[in-house]
Amino acid sequence: MNAALVLEQTLNGLQYGVMLFLMAAGLTLVFGIMNLVNLAHGSLYMVGAYLATAFARWSGSFVLGAVLALPATLLVGVAVEVIALRTLYERDHLDQVLATFGLILFFNELIAILWGRAAIYTSVPPFLGGHVRVLPGVPYPTYRAAIIVVGVAVAILLWALVTRTRLGMLIRAGASNRTMVSALGVNIRLLYTLVFGLGAALAGLAGLMAGPIYSVQPGMGEEILIQVFVVIVIGGIGSIRGAVVGAVVVGMVDTLGRAFLKPFLSTVVSAPAADKAGPALASMLIYLLMAAVLFFRPEGLFPARGRS
Amino acid sequence: MHTIARAALVGFLSALAAGPAGAETVKIGFITTLSGPQGAIGEHMKSSVELALDHLGRKIGGLDVEVVYGDDQVKPDVGKQLADEMLKKHRVHFVAGVIWSNVMLAVAPTVTGAGTFMIGTNAGPHELAGKMCHELFFTTSWQNDQTPEAMGKYMQDQNLTDVYAMAPNYAAGKDMISGFKRYFKNKVMGEVFTKLGQQDYQAEISQLRAATPKAVFVFYPGGMGIQFLKQYEQAGLRGQIPLYSVYTVDEISLPAVKGAALGQFETRYWSPDLKNEANQKYVADFRKKYGKAPVFYGAQSYDGIMLIDSAVRAVKGDLTNKKGMIAAMRQADYKSTRGPYKYNVNHFPIQNFYLLKAVQAPDGDFAMQIQKTVFENYKDSYAAECPMKW
Repeated sequence: MNAALVLEQTLNGLQYGVMLFLMAAGLTLVFGIMNLVNLAHGSLYMVGAYLATAFARWSGSFVLGAVLALPATLLVGVAVEVIALRTLYERDHLDQVLATFGLILFFNELIAILWGRAAIYTSVPPFLGGHVRVLPGVPYPTYRAAIIVVGVAVAILLWALVTRTRLGMLIRAGASNRTMVSALGVNIRLLYTLVFGLGAALAGLAGLMAGPIYSVQPGMGEEILIQVFVVIVIGGIGSIRGAVVGAVVVGMVDTLGRAFLKPFLSTVVSAPAADKAGPALASMLIYLLMAAVLFFRPEGLFPARGRS
Repeated sequence: MHTIARAALVGFLSALAAGPAGAETVKIGFITTLSGPQGAIGEHMKSSVELALDHLGRKIGGLDVEVVYGDDQVKPDVGKQLADEMLKKHRVHFVAGVIWSNVMLAVAPTVTGAGTFMIGTNAGPHELAGKMCHELFFTTSWQNDQTPEAMGKYMQDQNLTDVYAMAPNYAAGKDMISGFKRYFKNKVMGEVFTKLGQQDYQAEISQLRAATPKAVFVFYPGGMGIQFLKQYEQAGLRGQIPLYSVYTVDEISLPAVKGAALGQFETRYWSPDLKNEANQKYVADFRKKYGKAPVFYGAQSYDGIMLIDSAVRAVKGDLTNKKGMIAAMRQADYKSTRGPYKYNVNHFPIQNFYLLKAVQAPDGDFAMQIQKTVFENYKDSYAAECPMKW
């Protein structure tokens, strides 16, 4: 184990955290403000990946594909909110879970009908291929570095939106006390639709960036969704700051655990025992972390203010 | 009045139950996975069954045929329910298919226990090849361990050393690594088990690069393989450290990874470029009908239908003559896509295993191409445990 490898793994953890953050931001806002458990958030991630791939193939340009896919995913999100989810706000969480689980099945089958069940081809655009040298002797894939840059930029923009604009003020107010916000004459329905669309676009952004490194296939969203729920539980439901911190913590713990837990264990216990326990423990780490956070801070690390 | 109605009802029900007695229709229940991300495999198997029926003029052994398809959703309990439904409601004469070993271990005993034929067309768990072998169970695929054993043999023959092995952390992943090590005796410098269904392998790839192995052996089926191959290439390791795999690159994943798989080595008992009449006809007609290349899952399913046809033909359509059909199937007297083969005592094929390489054809398409034969007429390692004698 050397410093260069630790640095590389830290970047890997950060990059994974950034992907989780883009997903978690939308999910936590929807959960916090609309009190809606949206299991179908992963489907919007999948829709983003497929639309970006389709637009990129049609236009011949990755960037154009991404630029077109973002508003398209936003529109899909708005349509889902208006058609399917509006009636669910007043229902209890079990009904919401059932309905949004139904949406997962719907989207997976729809995608399979449109594009087939087999994974489709996407690749890193040529200008983002290759490697950047973070430090001498530490090459890092340019595409993954770009994901980190985009993720950090989005985090800053979201922070500015939430803390510096009128819309952000309403979002924060909505997360704290929904009844009071609507009593003050704010069109809460429109706010809900906007927030949901924004969350969908962020999930779509995560999906379209994931396309070239993961496999674009029906059901791809569910694979990442569970970790995203862990992120928002750790970070605190409804809080963007919590989503940032939760995502980076989960990304780091998961990546560094997978990389270094086994070598670390083998210095403590015998090598065969470390071989067995290492991978099992590494895949449990984020859930152990979540359990610990729930025990000491049941509201998460950064709960949205005013929630009880 | 009541008694008449009851008698009529009883008569009606017994007529229904009579089902296959003196039937002129062969009923086949085909269990595979048709929904979810793994549905792509089932689609290929179903397409190949339909193509086999086309080639047979929609007849099995001269009789009309009806195929009932079932979707196991990769769940053993669902697979068993499907088998029960096919046996009791549809009264099928044969159950065929099954992709997953855990589903097969639930389905096969149910079917053979009911006195019905089970024709496996993919999963080959060692239990069914060994102690649990059954006279009504045949497979047109392979025993799970054979493919990694062939890769272990090839890499040993090449005298490769300092090999780094990776697989998902579940039963089949561990079996693949141990099957590999049964024949590979040189140094394995690292064994890494990742989470089943993991998407991102960047952390493991960084560790791999730092370990500087001479070769890498992996088992990453389905979506995991697509992700691993892309990330291996993006890390710049393709061309630097040769990658050998089993069940990772096939005709389903190649269109999704394309160049990222270029130069990849796999071992397999079949390939689309295998030169024999049955295979060339199968591959050409599959391409014509479905517009894509077939995959080994499909070739095995095609063979399964042909094997059933050969058995029904041998007993001249007398579906009650199970002894006769068992004897006929043991001859493997049909034109297999892998070429002629014999059955071992446990009803698993004795067959060749080849080294394949992912290459780019002149037309730009990516395809698997046979490089050499690794094992000739290879028997699985569990047949000795099978008590069956014939």
